[in-house]
Formats: sequence, C-alpha cells, structure tokens
Amino acid sequence: MTAAGTTTGATKERNEAGLIARILGGEKDLFHELIRPYERMLYLTAFSIVKNETDAEECAQDAVVNAYRNLAKFRGDSKFSTWLVTIVVNEARQKLRKAKRAKEDSLDEVIQGEEEEYTPAPLTDWREIPSEALERKELRETLQKAVAELPDIYRQVFTLRDLQEMNVAETAKALGVNENIVKVRLHRARMMLQKSLAPYLKKSTAPERKGFWGRMPWS
Amino acid sequence: MELMCKHVWARISEYIDQSVPVEVREDIERHLEHCEICSAVLDSTRNIIVLTADNRTFELPVGYSERLHERLARELGSEEIE
Repeated sequence: MTAAGTTTGATKERNEAGLIARILGGEKDLFHELIRPYERMLYLTAFSIVKNETDAEECAQDAVVNAYRNLAKFRGDSKFSTWLVTIVVNEARQKLRKAKRAKEDSLDEVIQGEEEEYTPAPLTDWREIPSEALERKELRETLQKAVAELPDIYRQVFTLRDLQEMNVAETAKALGVNENIVKVRLHRARMMLQKSLAPYLKKSTAPERKGFWGRMPWS
Repeated sequence: MELMCKHVWARISEYIDQSVPVEVREDIERHLEHCEICSAVLDSTRNIIVLTADNRTFELPVGYSERLHERLARELGSEEIE
C-alpha cells in the first residue's frame, strides 16, 4: 500500500489555486505536490472502468501527464479534483474502446433492468462488522469481488460516490450523466451489494444461527 | 404516513445520504422503530459501505505512487506546459 491522502478539504482548495498559479508560472515540479492527494482517486476511478490493475495504473499515469499538459486550460470553475477525475474517466474509457474489451456506455443509456426495483436481502438483527475485521484477507477479497461483480455503470458511480466520497454533482460531471442517474445508480449499487454481501457476512460472523435466512414470505 | 418495508427500501440510499425530505425522514424513522428487518437492512447497508470504502479494502499496487511520480518527472523534464 502506498501513501495516499483524501480528496476533501476547503483549505486545500485555496492552496491548490496558489499551487496551480505557481506551476503555470514555471515552478513545474510543484505538480508532484498538486496531484499527491489524488493518487488513490485516480487509480480507483480508472480501475472501476478498465477493471484490471495494469491498465488502471497506466490510465492514472496518462491522466496525470495529460492534466499537466493541459493545466493552463483548467479555469477553476470546478474543483481541481473534479477536473482531474474527468480526465482519468476519459483516459479509462479510451483505453476500453481501444482494447475493444467492452462497449462504452452511452451517456444516458438505459440498460436492460435499469427500470427494475432493487430489493435488499431481508434480514434481522444485524451485528456490525468492525473495520478491524478488514485485517482478514478473506473479508477484503469478498468485498472486492462483490464490487467487481456490479454492472459497470453501477460500479463506476459507487466508486466515485462511496469509495471516493465525491458528491452527486461532481460524480455526475465526471461520468457525463445527470444527477438523478447518479442517485438511482448509487442506490441500486448499494442495494446489490447489500443483497450479495449481507447474508454472507452475517453467516460468516454468526454461524450459530443457521436457518435464519429466507424465513420471510417475500424474500 | 404509514410506510411499508418496500417504501423504506426504496429510500434507503437517500436516507443514508441525509437527502430525504424531513417529513419522509420522520416516516422512515417511525417505521424503523418497530421494524427489525428494515433496521437490519439499513444497518447492514451502512456497514457494507463503511467496509468497502476503507482504504484497506482496495489497496493500490505496490510501487504505484513511485512509478506515477517517476513518469511525471520524465514528463516535467521533457516538456513545457502548453
């Protein structure tokens, strides 16, 4: 695991404007500092689209180089992080197109099933799984697999909103969809994850309560 | 208004994000007080979000940051900003 920071902070935005001005003024090595808080975001966003480590890393690198080359075009009317994530989304989508491994989502595409209602796994008596449990590799892999198995359009929104804590407007802008689509897809992604993970997680943490699932008539 | 479970489920994501209108929030909370299923669905969904968002769940490849900055350093050494 490499060092990486978070993507939020009001004071940082002011510093960023100053950093950007200095970089454009010739102190180009400061670009290293400018992008350092976003390393994780760049990788996870790319990974949510290209779905493999090597390509995701290449996209992150290409996005950083691209952002540097085009820094003068950043007007500051959106946050730098939003501008940067838009660049990495484009890099990742281009890579997908080139590789022809997947069809690109059209912007407001309605996929089959997108109008369906998504229901969670009904259960009772949830016992919270503490974050310390993530020391178990098996748990991390279970979570990774569940996210990887989300349909692409849901995984991308989930990654930006819940893994990177971008807000609805930023997510919509980065993915080129409207805000309502972000909300709907996030809801479905969360419900799908709850449905696939909750029964498993509950069973793995409370094995003594067998036969507990599916007792509800509408499950 | 008396909500059914499916109405609560349809709003769970907005409820977690605190973006439901206040009157709907109150209806949901009244429902949650007596519905152990919806309470567990809400708690498990929140718990799963917290676990997946933890930095330990999705780790960056070893050496990723170093390689990123090396690539950038090469770029900075060879090009001028447009």
